[in-house]
Amino acid sequence: MTARAQMLDAIRRASKRGPLAGEARTALEDRLRQHRTNIVPERTAGSQEDRIRQFERWATFNQASVACISAKEVPAAVTDYLAANNLPARAVMAPDSALDRYDWTSRGMLELRRGLPQDADRVAITGALAGVAETGTLVFVSGPEHPTSLNLLPETHIVILRERDVVGPLEDVFARLRARYGEGAMPRTVNTVTGPSRTGDIEQQLELGAHGPRRMHILLVGD
Amino acid sequence: MQSTAHAFKDNARHALADGNLQQSLAMLKVGFSERRRQAVERLPEFEALRDRARDIKDHALANLDFYLEAFEARVTALGGQVHWAPDAADARRIILDICRRAGAKTVTKSKSMIAEEVALNEHLEANGIEPVETDLGEYIIQLRHEPPSHIIAPAVHLTKDQVADTFFEHHRKLGFNRRLTERNDLVAEARQVLRRRFQEADVGITGANFLIAETGSSVLVTNEGNADLTNTLPRVHVVIASIEKVIPTLEDAATLLRVLARSATGQEWSSYTTFNTGPRRADDPDGPVEYHVVLLDNGRSNVLGTEMQAMLRCIRCGACMNHCPVYGAIGGHAYGWVYPGPIGAVLTPQLVGVEEAGNLPNASTFCGRCESVCPVRIPLPGLMRHWREREFERRLTPAAVRQGLALWAFLARRPWLYRLATGLANRMLALLGRGEGRYRWLPLAGAWTRYRDFPAPQPGGTFHAQWRARGGARQ
Ligand code: SF4
Repeated sequence: MTARAQMLDAIRRASKRGPLAGEARTALEDRLRQHRTNIVPERTAGSQEDRIRQFERWATFNQASVACISAKEVPAAVTDYLAANNLPARAVMAPDSALDRYDWTSRGMLELRRGLPQDADRVAITGALAGVAETGTLVFVSGPEHPTSLNLLPETHIVILRERDVVGPLEDVFARLRARYGEGAMPRTVNTVTGPSRTGDIEQQLELGAHGPRRMHILLVGD
Repeated sequence: MQSTAHAFKDNARHALADGNLQQSLAMLKVGFSERRRQAVERLPEFEALRDRARDIKDHALANLDFYLEAFEARVTALGGQVHWAPDAADARRIILDICRRAGAKTVTKSKSMIAEEVALNEHLEANGIEPVETDLGEYIIQLRHEPPSHIIAPAVHLTKDQVADTFFEHHRKLGFNRRLTERNDLVAEARQVLRRRFQEADVGITGANFLIAETGSSVLVTNEGNADLTNTLPRVHVVIASIEKVIPTLEDAATLLRVLARSATGQEWSSYTTFNTGPRRADDPDGPVEYHVVLLDNGRSNVLGTEMQAMLRCIRCGACMNHCPVYGAIGGHAYGWVYPGPIGAVLTPQLVGVEEAGNLPNASTFCGRCESVCPVRIPLPGLMRHWREREFERRLTPAAVRQGLALWAFLARRPWLYRLATGLANRMLALLGRGEGRYRWLPLAGAWTRYRDFPAPQPGGTFHAQWRARGGARQ
């Protein structure tokens, strides 16, 4: 008997039945297909405007900083943020076509490279699939337009999130993923990230910047 | 990991005398417990979510074979591989094979209790492959050759000074010559050292908090981001997970994650919660080219369908130990194996045997705090009582305890004799303790009176006698 058969057999013997068949099986297949929503916290009910404020509140609660701006202010907001934090006007940016709508040339001194991060890169700029109002969480999906290592390696992560991409609870993200990749399908990785990297492993005291970014700055862009 | 659970009593005695440990444990109450309380207060739906979380896990456990097969089918369809490991030795062999085929010299690891359970690091080392722990707490204890003392905060037993000494000792050869004293400097130094290790690793090994049958995803929760570096940078990603981790859908994961983050650290959402599904796609610029999931049974299927099944609902949040007065007094190492605290007292006898770990379920005051905070409502005290009964049945309880209980049972079944005996004892005790109201020493109760006084009976006779005197008894 293979290890697989042995393990499945042990489970079935303990459950006092054979492999599921007939109605019992169909019921479980339906449960997977229907993926019903369980309990969703009330806190995200309300208008889109409420959700945006909610997102801002929880992102800040989790040590991210948020600036609400318009699309044409984006490049200036980036250079101002870098200057204010004593960072060079240089960044690696996701090769994401959605980021091309901002007029980066308007800030001549800002040096941008598109692609994977390298050791020397201190700042990453990316978009996000969504921002979750429930907890102030950003959602990043892997793909040619968004290398996952951009979310992890540079010390500072600047995220450009459009207001229309702020959703209520996490369940809204699942709906977006299914619409984009199909039922039951996912990209290689979906990162849900809330604030900068942190650790409490030394005396249970919070320290930011354990392995991932020390700083997360969110540009929330009005439509 | 080799169990020392049989030596629990000695372990506990040493723990109580360990000043550094006691200093660290004192911080538990103001840390984890208080933060959990605040997070629960912020979410009115919390109790309803706990009920739902319990039901989801029960449903998955009742249909475990179906969901595991569904999970496997999704992973395979994406080009990933699922390996089935009936016991610890199988898991070690499978993972070593994968590492060898990848030509691995070093592997990075993101904290996994299952990897501890199967003693994976020791096995890799013995075969010439260097495992590097990347969770900061786990990294610290790896340098110190210690086992974890808490399931989510493995170095919670150490003070900052101890960490400083450890880094000073081990990082000197890497060119770090200063003994650091500030927490943020210690974190920054570990970040620098580990960043290199992340980049040179050939294989990344992680655990999984959940496996999702609907999509074939493994879910990883960390605050540091170390799991994501582990599963993104090396060429091969290996997930090791026990079979009870599988749940049906993404929506079910959402419910469980809502109670997990709050119960564990009092966070609204952990900093990094990641859903990994298969290897890198053709047009992905990064990510592993191989994706393996090792499913471990190691004694769990024996629990299915029994009155102990509820222990498999555990989502390893650590709340039960954070709220346990016994854990708070002795820390995690005294429990002698991978899982400490109330859940350890329930799991360890199952996984390593009652003979070895029979003492653990006795280390409880039955105060019930663990059950009252457990996000999936595991009746931990009830399960500990079950183990005590098994221990008694199998005659593993010490002779003196058995004889004492037998005598008590004999009397309790004969009410007139019971009254006579307690009445006599009561008068004797009153005579002995006259004047002081307590005893420094009592015959047959030396173990008690060594550490504390025994209160003398109040005047007025036994409870029975007083009850009758007040006209309460109607026989
Ligand atoms: S038994 Fe409950 S409280 Fe303890 S670790 Fe498991 S889920 Fe958390």
